[in-house]
Amino acid sequence: MDLTNEQIIKMYTTMVKIRTFENRVAELFADGKIPGFVHLYVGEEAVATGVCANLTDKDYITSTHRGHGHLIAKGGDIKLMMAELFGKKTGYCKGKGGSMHIADLDLGIMGANGIVGGGPPLASGAALACQYLGNDSVAVCFFGDGASNQGTTHEAMNLASCWKLPVVFINENNMYGISSCTRDSMCVPNVADRAVGYDIPGVVVDGNDVVAVCEAAAEGINRARQGKGPSLIECKTYRHRGHFEGDPCAYRDDAELEEWKEKDPIPRLEQKLLEMELLTDSKIEEIKSTLQKGLAGAEQFAEESPFPNVSELTEDVYT
Amino acid sequence: MPNMTFAQAIKDAHVVEMERDPNIYVAGEDVGVFGGCFGVTAGLLEQFGEKRVKDTPITESAIVGTAVGAATVGLRPVIELMFVDFIGVALDQLYNQAGKMKYMFGGKAKIPMVMRASCGAGIGAAAQHSQCLEALFMHLPGLKVVMPSTPYDAKGLLIEAIRDDNPVVFLEHKMLYALEGEVPEGEYTISFGQADIKREGQDVTVVATANMVHTALSAAEKLAADGISVEVVDPRTLNPLDDESIIESVKKTHRLVIVHEEVKFAGSGAEIAALVAEKAFDYLDAPILRVAAPFCPVPFSQPLEQAYIPSEQQLIDAVKKVMA
Repeated sequence: MDLTNEQIIKMYTTMVKIRTFENRVAELFADGKIPGFVHLYVGEEAVATGVCANLTDKDYITSTHRGHGHLIAKGGDIKLMMAELFGKKTGYCKGKGGSMHIADLDLGIMGANGIVGGGPPLASGAALACQYLGNDSVAVCFFGDGASNQGTTHEAMNLASCWKLPVVFINENNMYGISSCTRDSMCVPNVADRAVGYDIPGVVVDGNDVVAVCEAAAEGINRARQGKGPSLIECKTYRHRGHFEGDPCAYRDDAELEEWKEKDPIPRLEQKLLEMELLTDSKIEEIKSTLQKGLAGAEQFAEESPFPNVSELTEDVYT
Repeated sequence: MPNMTFAQAIKDAHVVEMERDPNIYVAGEDVGVFGGCFGVTAGLLEQFGEKRVKDTPITESAIVGTAVGAATVGLRPVIELMFVDFIGVALDQLYNQAGKMKYMFGGKAKIPMVMRASCGAGIGAAAQHSQCLEALFMHLPGLKVVMPSTPYDAKGLLIEAIRDDNPVVFLEHKMLYALEGEVPEGEYTISFGQADIKREGQDVTVVATANMVHTALSAAEKLAADGISVEVVDPRTLNPLDDESIIESVKKTHRLVIVHEEVKFAGSGAEIAALVAEKAFDYLDAPILRVAAPFCPVPFSQPLEQAYIPSEQQLIDAVKKVMA
């Protein structure tokens, strides 16, 4: 596929936006401003960015507990996200959901999900609705290597294949389900190898190369739009931070982390864009400073927003 | 008014609603050509076609989960779980996803789906195909729980369930499928949270669900011969629960016996007993009694299975005890 310069720069900007957001969330969590669990996407930005570059607001995604990157890449508003992380009334979910449950159905974001393997059946269901209603929308399911071993994932893929549903399963293989490494949790080298069992395309892609992700996803998404059924794309990537903030990461060694930091998707693209003269140092500074300003605004909005009123505790259970 | 079986009434509700709303689809194991394990969906495939009546693989998580996903983005799925016992392999999609989504998303989602499921003992189907699990679903915020006892109620409640914008669990006791009764043609709804007084009485309130409503009515007839006037209250929906009708009845009779087929320990009757104890204790002239299954899985052997199911005699004895 031929990406325009504008598209590539937009992807770069999205990745940096996710990175700056996540790094700030890490600081705010450490400062005690954000309670609960946060699972950061640092290092994996190319996956959400490359995939979502092919989607519109009419397409659906299901996300994971590590969902901030998916939400930002799908167009989520960082002000509403940050307010939600703070547990504020003005957040995406009025403070009732938190990091693991942010959704924006108007943008086709069917929610982050606290259950590993919770999303795949939902994505197949959204795809069923797209097929049923006869529009050309598709559903994309982000799921991790951990979720790949859940029964729900198998059921969702099998049914999607049987019914030729317009869904693309994007596996983010960061090698670890909390502490358990794929070396111990899987008996095939690639999650994508399992596609054979569903008679669907199974592709392995460098998940730290946003252009490669974008191109592979485009193929799966176009296939889905054309009514040819699902596909499985495995993006090999790595999370720079722990499973959750505060995880000492005793289960992996520093050398491995350093090795993956060498493959960090953002400097890689940045270098490429500088070489291609699509970006200059000053343009990069400008992008980063604009994003920082937006982030500061989001943080201020979150800080200044009120907490939900206790009277709202039992609202929103039923329609 | 035509006579229909309970199963036919449920099918009729499907037909009425599917003709009205093209976004309703039916999915489940063997719901198509086979017509459903208990024949409830027989004929729907011929009438509405494969797009709207979907046979699925044996894949309960995906049946429930795809319904949740499809409902979230605009369809109105009515899915069949062949036996309610199978919820064990699909529960996450129902209670963690469907049940919690609206709340987790700050109110910005609606999940209009119905999960029908057969339940109950009586056909020798043994432990994994016979349980009643209504209390389990009652315990899960975000779900509504419907448990009809007559063909009339089944049709009106299912139409209401399909039109509801929340996930609804619709429990069909399998010993009721062949029960006949008068059912109006066309559409009508029965609002949730409205108990039905199946028999009026003065001396004892018996709250009964599903097939136990019929056990209670039969017991009431016999007790009437002994001069005891029993009021049989059928909640019809366990969530929402019609607190008011139950309390009003107890205020009149001053005695309460609850009968259900699910196990007594932490069963739906425990909630009803607690409700009455909290809100109408001063009106009670006798302790509340519950008649329900013992705390064990449903057995296979016929004498054991019959001993498991609460009997008319057990109910009569309980009523006489609170009258003593």
